[in-house]
Amino acid sequence: MAARASATAPMFAALGDPVRLGIVLRLCREGPLTTMTLQEGTSVTRQGVSKHLRLLEDAGLVASERDGRDRLWRMEAARLAELSRMLERISAQWDARIDRLRKFVED
Amino acid sequence: MSQGKIEKKIVLKASRERVWRAISESQNFGVWFGVDFDGPFVVGKTLKGRIMPTQVDPEVAKMQEPYKGTPFEIVVEIIQPMERFAFRWHPFGGENDEPMTLVTFHLTEADDGVLLTITESGFDKLDPARRAEAFTGNEGGWEHQCKLIEKYLTLGKP
Repeated sequence: MAARASATAPMFAALGDPVRLGIVLRLCREGPLTTMTLQEGTSVTRQGVSKHLRLLEDAGLVASERDGRDRLWRMEAARLAELSRMLERISAQWDARIDRLRKFVED
Repeated sequence: MSQGKIEKKIVLKASRERVWRAISESQNFGVWFGVDFDGPFVVGKTLKGRIMPTQVDPEVAKMQEPYKGTPFEIVVEIIQPMERFAFRWHPFGGENDEPMTLVTFHLTEADDGVLLTITESGFDKLDPARRAEAFTGNEGGWEHQCKLIEKYLTLGKP
């Protein structure tokens, strides 16, 4: 089991790569998928996909279990949902402040 | 947003000087933002203040009322006249052991006014789980969580 990091830096680093971002979006939309399925239709080797998946697992974003000779991967959505909610809240606060700045300078 | 920073771009229909003064003069800043500072913005200095309801919007002022008097603190990082103003702060209030984020206001020309870019970065050092009561609970089902994540991951992308 991957250790839980307390800061979110590993999550941001994990999501900063287009291949990993694509994996996360696919797991979100399609539910649990095997390494083989995730590799299909991409130009990444199976080894490459496995490396990406391990990094995502270390960042606490996905979890896996054995599936015969393959592995089945699923989203660990709770922490990413927390992060999303936090950034949405802050984004909304800035929208409100911008409104007030506009009122102050454009009058 | 997936880089751990928030960026807002707006065009303000006002002169560069007016926008700069609204942002870089602590008294003016306080009027719209909603904070009463103890002095001017000085590079490298920590400036304290208290939350004070905004003077430009009575509705918002009402909502800010319960927080009136709450201590507020920033560390000024950059003052480049007419161009850039930046400070560090605790986005959720004064918890000294939490990392600070960096807020930057960048001014450039626009066709009909001033293009202001506001950036807040450093979220990769924060831990939303510390704010559990604000950002967790009400998780919703799997589908709800994934919608939220997808929105966050694809925000700002064409």
